[in-house]
Amino acid sequence: MKKIEVIIKPFKLDDVKEALSSVGIHGMTVTEVKGFGRQKGHKEIYRGAEYLVDFLPKIKVEMVVSSELVDQVIEKVIAAARTGSIGDGKIFVMPVETVVRIRTGERDLDAL
Amino acid sequence: MNAADNAWVLASSALVLLMTPGLAMFYGGMTRSKNVLSTMMHSFFLMGLASIVWMFWGFSLAFAPDAIKGYVGGLQFFALAGVGGEPWPDTTIPTTTFMIFQCMFAVITPALISGAFAERMKFSSFIVFMVLWLTFVYSPVCHWVWGPGGWLAELGALDFAGGTVVHINSAAAALACALIVGKRKGYGTAPMIPHNLTLTLLGAGLLWFGWFGFNAGSALSADESAAMAFVVTHMATAAAAMSWVFAEWIIRGKPTTLGVASGAVAGLVAITPAAGFVGPVSAVLLGAVAGVVCYLAVLAKSRLGYDDSLDVVGIHGVGGTWGAIATGLFASKAIGGTDGLFFGNAAQMGPQIIAVAAVIVYSFVVSAIILYVIKAVMGLRVTEEDEETGVDTSAHGETGYNL
Repeated sequence: MKKIEVIIKPFKLDDVKEALSSVGIHGMTVTEVKGFGRQKGHKEIYRGAEYLVDFLPKIKVEMVVSSELVDQVIEKVIAAARTGSIGDGKIFVMPVETVVRIRTGERDLDAL
Repeated sequence: MNAADNAWVLASSALVLLMTPGLAMFYGGMTRSKNVLSTMMHSFFLMGLASIVWMFWGFSLAFAPDAIKGYVGGLQFFALAGVGGEPWPDTTIPTTTFMIFQCMFAVITPALISGAFAERMKFSSFIVFMVLWLTFVYSPVCHWVWGPGGWLAELGALDFAGGTVVHINSAAAALACALIVGKRKGYGTAPMIPHNLTLTLLGAGLLWFGWFGFNAGSALSADESAAMAFVVTHMATAAAAMSWVFAEWIIRGKPTTLGVASGAVAGLVAITPAAGFVGPVSAVLLGAVAGVVCYLAVLAKSRLGYDDSLDVVGIHGVGGTWGAIATGLFASKAIGGTDGLFFGNAAQMGPQIIAVAAVIVYSFVVSAIILYVIKAVMGLRVTEEDEETGVDTSAHGETGYNL
């Protein structure tokens, strides 16, 4: 099992969610986050005073999937979230040891 | 007594009162979220404090017959003694009505100053400052312009609804506050971004609404003068809201909501002294210039190096001064009985300029003296740690948003 963390532009969330449903991912956790990478910040102007805002709003989508689904998920996310301009986001994949469904006590793949 | 006039001025008094919570929102939205309550508290608390001061001695100092010739009234009306149903001189409204209408001006004027020291003033010192300021600055200046025998009125200075008394007066005091209270911690290096411009926009809307009472109510009668004051107030504000936005769009590249709100307030400020004296086309020109000039004044602030947090000087000082001078330019006999420079009466410029200069100097100097005394006795600012934490928690034990 792998955990996939995806950082995307906020307006791409619906596209990504639909793309993930199409490969059978039916659970995910979504968080509004702020951060920056190469896109850096942007300038905001209030009554003429300029401020550089470093942290841009992004969406973080987290899901745990069986290992064989990982490549498919990555492919779908890229297809859905790419705009081609700077700031499209990143995908992180990491191993997961155990998953437990609290309601039933089921473990690992049964619990996904 | 004329019932229609009385009804209109009473309704106007309520409209003017609503400007103060409007101002609280206008200012509150522009501060950082940790100081939203302390900033709104300044305005709201003054609805209490200034009203009580006004009832007991403020109205008397401003409107009783001269105690010192032309400068300040006596204490004949202390605690509203003798203030009743008799018509106020030259009007058809009861003195009580006139008193409560003027009371609302005494509430909003000190509230305007609070934008200069937002996010750092100690609350107890704020209260002391305001009591002294209302007593030694607001009431005398009000007497000069509107009181029986006031020296600026005798001089022939035109100020329909309080350009000098309210706006220039508060802005000169605000400059003294910004200089003597000092900058906010981190000013110029840490970002001080308005935390809720939706609040600011709604506040500006309430100011615009209430200002019809402020300006059209100042006719003190429900007549054609009130109607024209209402119209020119609206048109000048409409022009200023747009001209600020176009100016910043050209200079900085983006039309902003803070710009449209600030432009509207700049227009309202500038038309205030002129409202009963100018026609609609003059009002549009006056407003359009106000939006641009105030925007440039706000831009210039960062070069001047003082921290007038919410731009009281840039908007009320510069807008008020422009309005007072523009009244001397655009006044028309057909509207308010006096011609200005553009209608062939260059002599009107003299009293206008003297009024502006006198109020700036008097208000700045006396405010500065009051501030230095308070600074020596009890201090003006919250501690550095409290300022860092935010004045809402440290002074009031509350937070604006619990999410």
